[in-house]
Amino acid sequence: MENKDYILQVKNLKKYFPIKGGMFNRVTNHVKAVDGVTFNLERGTTMGLVGESGCGKTTTGRTILRLSGDKTDGAVLFNGKEVYDMSSKEMRDLRTEMQIIFQDPFSSLQPRMPIGEIIGEAVREHNIVPKEKYEEYIDEVMANCGLQPFHKDRYPHEFSGGQRQRICIARALALNPEFIVCDEPVSALDVSIQAQIINLLKDLQEKYKLTYLFISHDLSVVEHISDTVGVMYLGSLVEYGETDDIFKNPLHPYTQALFSAIPIPDPKAEQNRIVLEGAIPSPANPPSGCKFHTRCAQCMEKCKTEVPIQREIEPGHYVVCHLYENQGTIVEDINAEVDEVVVESTEK
Amino acid sequence: MAKKKGEGYLSAKESRRIAKENRKITDKLEKQHKRKNVPEEEYRTKMHDFNNSLEIDNLHTYFFSDVGVVKAVDGVSFNVPLGKTVGVVGESGCGKSVTSLSIMQLLQRPQGQIVEGEIRLNLGKKAYDIPKVPIEAMQKLRGNHISMIFQEPMTSLNPVFRIGEQIEEVIALHDGEGKTEADMKARTLELLEMVGIANSEGVYSMFPHELSGGMRQRVMIAIALACNPKVIIADEPTTALDVTIQAQILDLLRSLKDRINSSIVLITHDLGVIAEMADFVVVMYAGRVVEKGTAEEIFENPAHPYTIGLMASKPVVGKKVDKLYSIPGKVPNPINMPNYCYFKDRCEMAIEPCSGEYPCFVKLSDTHEVSCYRHYKDNGGEE
Repeated sequence: MENKDYILQVKNLKKYFPIKGGMFNRVTNHVKAVDGVTFNLERGTTMGLVGESGCGKTTTGRTILRLSGDKTDGAVLFNGKEVYDMSSKEMRDLRTEMQIIFQDPFSSLQPRMPIGEIIGEAVREHNIVPKEKYEEYIDEVMANCGLQPFHKDRYPHEFSGGQRQRICIARALALNPEFIVCDEPVSALDVSIQAQIINLLKDLQEKYKLTYLFISHDLSVVEHISDTVGVMYLGSLVEYGETDDIFKNPLHPYTQALFSAIPIPDPKAEQNRIVLEGAIPSPANPPSGCKFHTRCAQCMEKCKTEVPIQREIEPGHYVVCHLYENQGTIVEDINAEVDEVVVESTEK
Repeated sequence: MAKKKGEGYLSAKESRRIAKENRKITDKLEKQHKRKNVPEEEYRTKMHDFNNSLEIDNLHTYFFSDVGVVKAVDGVSFNVPLGKTVGVVGESGCGKSVTSLSIMQLLQRPQGQIVEGEIRLNLGKKAYDIPKVPIEAMQKLRGNHISMIFQEPMTSLNPVFRIGEQIEEVIALHDGEGKTEADMKARTLELLEMVGIANSEGVYSMFPHELSGGMRQRVMIAIALACNPKVIIADEPTTALDVTIQAQILDLLRSLKDRINSSIVLITHDLGVIAEMADFVVVMYAGRVVEKGTAEEIFENPAHPYTIGLMASKPVVGKKVDKLYSIPGKVPNPINMPNYCYFKDRCEMAIEPCSGEYPCFVKLSDTHEVSCYRHYKDNGGEE
């Protein structure tokens, strides 16, 4: 395990948002958006993050990039360095290494800026290329993403949804990042455009050896693009492993229900659907014990009180559920080395 | 930066001329539409087949905009048999929603107008031609005979009224004769329970913001079902919802359809949802129907290159492919549609006759029709 080249190591990451209320606007409670997420991401691979809306997928992505204020607890190591311990100057340099593609291409582009400026602003700011090569470089980046040079002077409203998403990708790519968080990049697009964007992302990954954290609620897209998949429920990962393992042999009852809910485009396909009752509970007051026990079909007495521990059932396939108590091995710490780095940096 | 006179550029003078011409046309249509005391004979019609609850025949819905006429729906015909579900698929902008709004007469007037075509609605003993029905009579049809479930449950409920009031309003307007307030409340609670809301008393006095997306969509369905309509139009009913909630809502729609025995027109861009729900499928592209048939025919033996491309471009769980197929190019500009097959420029299977007139429908079986030259008899097609 030590031999693997991890670009990102996340350990027990927590992000709580305070709820203010009552007299003097005191903090009365916390929305536990991300509540203990642990995973490793190997260089040059794609990790898919799936879950229902409100389960903390997007917040996880943003917290890793240090885009949503301070974290509450845990550690995020990017290339072996704690992201949250960096000075603002270091952080500025790091921004070129990690980028994000946002969900909605209609609201994430500044409407008063021409495309060339949207893509090039950060390039100039970070001095990625010398001045005389600037124009050439922008053209090249745009060509890589399937945009024409004459698009440079146009404004975002002149483009269709698919093209706007290409602009967002070009903007992220212009800084030569190593790691990109793709936050539902294809959810707002039509099926045929979706395929174009997914193919583009895959091609770019091959060309530039990029690492993606691919956040989506569309399981078929995640299966297509990811090497590993994490399934999130109410702020924590319930199952994590290789894509093939997860899709062929889902272990957690939530993963099973999620997969059985996907409509199959074949009218003769048999449906053994596990319909989940009710909706996702409020992350401000998550249920006790296993968070999923309120909706789980295989709920036991134990689930209501005891929090399950992560177990490794197959090599590289982790699940957090009481059903698998006697199987596999308990994983206390899938990235113990993270602690060492954290201790080191605090001693400094 | 000076504006370039590129493609799609219109001078102010030109735009004014178009607007003036459009106004002439729309004024005439509006005048026709706003007449009072229209005799019933004028909009009564006969169904071609009495087993259909809705027949759409050569429907043309245009939007008269200041940059030109947008032919949003350009000759759409399909039938909705009694008690069956018809799925309408297509990309955004292909005219799916405009078709449904035309059926409900809910188009944005005066720009949006049904220019040509018939929509025959079966009312048991008689039938009405919806484009000719005057406003007052239409208000009686909506809700009672035909109703609609909208796409976004977040924005289509009124945020300042309680759920109970919003459902009761429908009952009072359409079916309220001789009913006391207690009757209406009982009916509302019954409806809420029917759509699977366990805490019906509680939800009755809640505001929309207190409910989750799935619950709101259930309330929308309850409103649509309040007066037992014979035709329900569901415009992307699950697009805004999560997969697990989507599964709940689809289950609900299926069980309700059996219980109240009505027809559903299901509009969606998700082929998976269509496969699961629909008996018949209509595939639309750029305002026209390109293929229609039973669900099995369409999914097992898709004939139009667009349908084939659409199916290939969606990743399917359990089927690994290296690279997804993507349809090249994009939808043509709706103002200047070409005079040949609209899909030709994106089609990889185009043959010589494709540059000719827009292809007619070819029957592949009794129910399966496709509008493509590849299936013409003299071009080596099957029929």
